[in-house]
Amino acid sequence: MRANQKAWLAVAPVVLVVAFTAVAPLMTVVNYSVQDIFDVHTRLFVGLDWYRETLRDPRFLEALVRQLGFSALVLALEIPLGIWIARCMPLQGRMTVAFLIILAVPLLIPWNVVGVTWQIFARPDIGLLGAAVTALGVSYNYTSSAFDAWATLVLMDVWHWTSLVALLCFAGLAAIPPAYYQAAALDGASRWQVFRHVELPHLKSVLTIAVLLRLMDSLMIYTEPFVLTGGGPGASTTFLSQYLTSMAVGQFDLGPAAAFSVLYFLLILLLCWLFHASVMKRGDAAA
Amino acid sequence: MSAPNGKAHWSLYLYCLFLLAPLYWLVSMAVKSNRDILGGLELVPGDPTLANFVEVATNPAWYGAFVNSLTYVCLNAALSITVALPTAYAFSRYRFLGDKQLFFWLLTNRMAPPAVFLLPFFQLYSAVGLFDTPLAVALAHCLFTVPLAVWILEGFVSAVPKELDEMAAIDGHSFPFFFFRILIPVIRGGIGVTLFFCFMFSWVELLIARTLTASEAKPIVVAMTRTVSASGLDWGVLAAAGVLTILPGLAVVWFVRRHLAKGFAMGRV
Repeated sequence: MRANQKAWLAVAPVVLVVAFTAVAPLMTVVNYSVQDIFDVHTRLFVGLDWYRETLRDPRFLEALVRQLGFSALVLALEIPLGIWIARCMPLQGRMTVAFLIILAVPLLIPWNVVGVTWQIFARPDIGLLGAAVTALGVSYNYTSSAFDAWATLVLMDVWHWTSLVALLCFAGLAAIPPAYYQAAALDGASRWQVFRHVELPHLKSVLTIAVLLRLMDSLMIYTEPFVLTGGGPGASTTFLSQYLTSMAVGQFDLGPAAAFSVLYFLLILLLCWLFHASVMKRGDAAA
Repeated sequence: MSAPNGKAHWSLYLYCLFLLAPLYWLVSMAVKSNRDILGGLELVPGDPTLANFVEVATNPAWYGAFVNSLTYVCLNAALSITVALPTAYAFSRYRFLGDKQLFFWLLTNRMAPPAVFLLPFFQLYSAVGLFDTPLAVALAHCLFTVPLAVWILEGFVSAVPKELDEMAAIDGHSFPFFFFRILIPVIRGGIGVTLFFCFMFSWVELLIARTLTASEAKPIVVAMTRTVSASGLDWGVLAAAGVLTILPGLAVVWFVRRHLAKGFAMGRV
């Protein structure tokens, strides 16, 4: 590493782009969040009033609880399942490429098409899944039952995103030198011991990335529930982004929506930071 | 559970079946008429038709939206790679004032929910006269793709030994020659993977694309949310459009298939 302040020249274009696409808009949001805006010329500084109002809004709090529950649930399903699938993969050969391609497909489908696909797949009248579940004698309708809506959304999210975890873990597994496995075999290690003491430590960095990506992305989910359930039945699948969008675009409540936005962003930053800090701390303790 | 280098475990086939079943259903809907779809369930389409695809391919509202989407996705990818490459090189090779903080700050942008940007984006892009153009969507998507591109490319550049830079200098090559003729060919796999990730965000995103466009630059994902006709929802055409939106993704994944595993390691495992 060479110390070189000229490197800032190379970084400048990125800083400019991000300043335009992120800093200016975020400053605008912060600016809105402390004002009561009647029209372009009539504004009133209201301090933290909008923040207080947001934190007391029962619909915000309900959406927050649903959001945290949803994120916890999909992470709890997708991370172990992703590790399992990665371990089931052959490490090389033609089949490996075929599996990689199949796994990658859900990641490249537009999010609203994911919603449409599952709509078509899960509807009791025209969907394969809906019809199959109904044929088993289970009453199932994701548009009228909150439980069914949640089950369908979670299943859809697992379908959509487990591949990301699996591909990241596969990349991690593929990088483990065979000597580690040979040493473990000489020691007579069981499959579980190999996983626990050889594979898991090597997966640490990719798993950290996987959990972080899934955590932040599940916290900002919007399009798939918007298409599949529209936030319903009632408000049972209305998560933070959906509530915020209805406030910002539907009602043009600039102040409350801006305060909501700032709190929302801070929440994601906080959760990601907490996770990252705890991983780093544990890593230091182990080292 | 399979041993390393062994054969695929049977549960992997089961999982692939789970991944492919909804897609099979989408394709089977796409080749049926709306009457057949609502008429009853059939596992294999009895009377397949390409009418839905013909509708998407001949109706300008549909294929125009396709062109709009592809335009901003390509613009975004080109823009992201162009600005991210020198930055990734700088992060990988130099230490400078605030480099760690800058790198971390870039990544925090990836954590911002798109919904947060709805309010200001509309005003910002209207103010600079970009509203309802593909360039507006391409720029707005940079919010997420540029940090990701810097992150991935930094991993790939760091995997290139520094001796390569020094050898080029000793050989008397100028820095631009080294950068474009030596470094870029070496990390072309990484560039392919970065394109994959840019595509993976820009092609699939709906909320920002919907907010920044009205009629002129309406993307395919938005066109698909407005398919309710007089006779109700036309499932067949919707499914056909859905199938067509999957094809570019398949092309991209085919293109980078050899680099996929390494790419997901972000070059740094």
